[in-house]
Amino acid sequence: MLKLRSLQKKKQEELQNNGSSSTKDRKLTPAQIRIEKDLKELDLPPTIKLQKVNDKEFLIIITPDEGFYQYGIFKFQILINNNFPIDCPKVKCLNKIYHPNIDLDGNICLNILREDWSPVLNLNTILVGLLFLFLEPNATDPLNKESANVLIRDKNLFKRYVLSSINGGSIDGVRYDYVLNR
Amino acid sequence: MDTIDLSNLNRQFLFRQSDIGRSKAEVAAQFISKRFKDVKVTPYFGKLQDKNEEYYKQFTLVISGLDSIEARRWINSTLVNLVDAEDFDSLKPLIDGGTEGFRGQTKVIFPTINACYECSLDTISGQTTYPMCTITNNPRLPEHCIEYASSIEWNQLHPNEKLDMDKPEHVDWLYQASSQRAQEFKIEGITRSLCLGVVKNIIPAIASTNAIIAATCCNEAFKIVTSSNPILDNFMMYSGNDSVFTYTFAYEKKDDCPVCVGF
Repeated sequence: MLKLRSLQKKKQEELQNNGSSSTKDRKLTPAQIRIEKDLKELDLPPTIKLQKVNDKEFLIIITPDEGFYQYGIFKFQILINNNFPIDCPKVKCLNKIYHPNIDLDGNICLNILREDWSPVLNLNTILVGLLFLFLEPNATDPLNKESANVLIRDKNLFKRYVLSSINGGSIDGVRYDYVLNR
Repeated sequence: MDTIDLSNLNRQFLFRQSDIGRSKAEVAAQFISKRFKDVKVTPYFGKLQDKNEEYYKQFTLVISGLDSIEARRWINSTLVNLVDAEDFDSLKPLIDGGTEGFRGQTKVIFPTINACYECSLDTISGQTTYPMCTITNNPRLPEHCIEYASSIEWNQLHPNEKLDMDKPEHVDWLYQASSQRAQEFKIEGITRSLCLGVVKNIIPAIASTNAIIAATCCNEAFKIVTSSNPILDNFMMYSGNDSVFTYTFAYEKKDDCPVCVGF
């Protein structure tokens, strides 16, 4: 243990020189420690709000200020497990909305939520990614095919459909949630 | 809380057929004590997380052969929290071994002094997943069909129950549902074992890889305790996938590591 002792001595001296003291606290799991860090580092535009429900659940409220979805208010649930950030958080849209990349059950097709997730990404990336879906809905890789086809064929019609869906209207026999932001 | 299973016997040489169902820790301890009369092994059959700091304080060092990232992160953060700069004995070196098929690695961690497990977390890749739009609209692989059945169809049918691959009837259901979907899209190759592999993320274990990694772990422990030779600094990877290759490098401590920063 000689080598280790000399390393510890060196460390002790360093600490004394820096005058820093160790901060012992908490009995949190590493996943919780990491999520606390992510929360501290959040840097969000005013169009995204985050509410903590409990240690493992967050409520996200997105109010886009431009684009097709400008007048809507959209809620998402984020669930985090004990293996975060190795496992990606589970994100669901809590409203039934008309969107090429979000299906009627609230499943979301966003690369960083599945195949491109990596532990170097954080909570902030996910939230900005969600906002991005409202500013730039992506019709080339759709989850809700019908709405994607409308977006490709006729942007104006898509815009009208989105507005009507936000107002709680029906499109092709499907009734959408009233999510108008007032 | 691991117990011995028939499928362990091909590579876990301390166990015999008559041991099936018994605690791995207890059987291994018995076997070693019988063979080496002057070695004392105390088994503990339980969860890592159920032991408090006092328990971990009694050791000189910790060698971990764990099967999940979650458990590794837990023991790492526990040992980091144990360190008291005033007390030399509070620092417990952690030697972490891990294997995946023909590949393996050993990490030597001096909590708070060099890179901890959490410092290197960004280099770990999670489970392979497929894009949501591919699995719902454009499946091309049998895996896509299994993912669709397990993560979308199952939740629609049983919103309040989790798909449990330890239940034979759930495996049956998954095999049927994904086969049906594969047929729809003219995809071949769905088998029961593929279903199990995709959902349970089964990682093959190979005796030779495990032996090599176990040997390097013991070697490092011996060197740390006896100061007989330089210690691994601080990460060794081994790959037997394609001929034999090993490489060693030092992970740097991460400035903003959520676990070991501030120590």
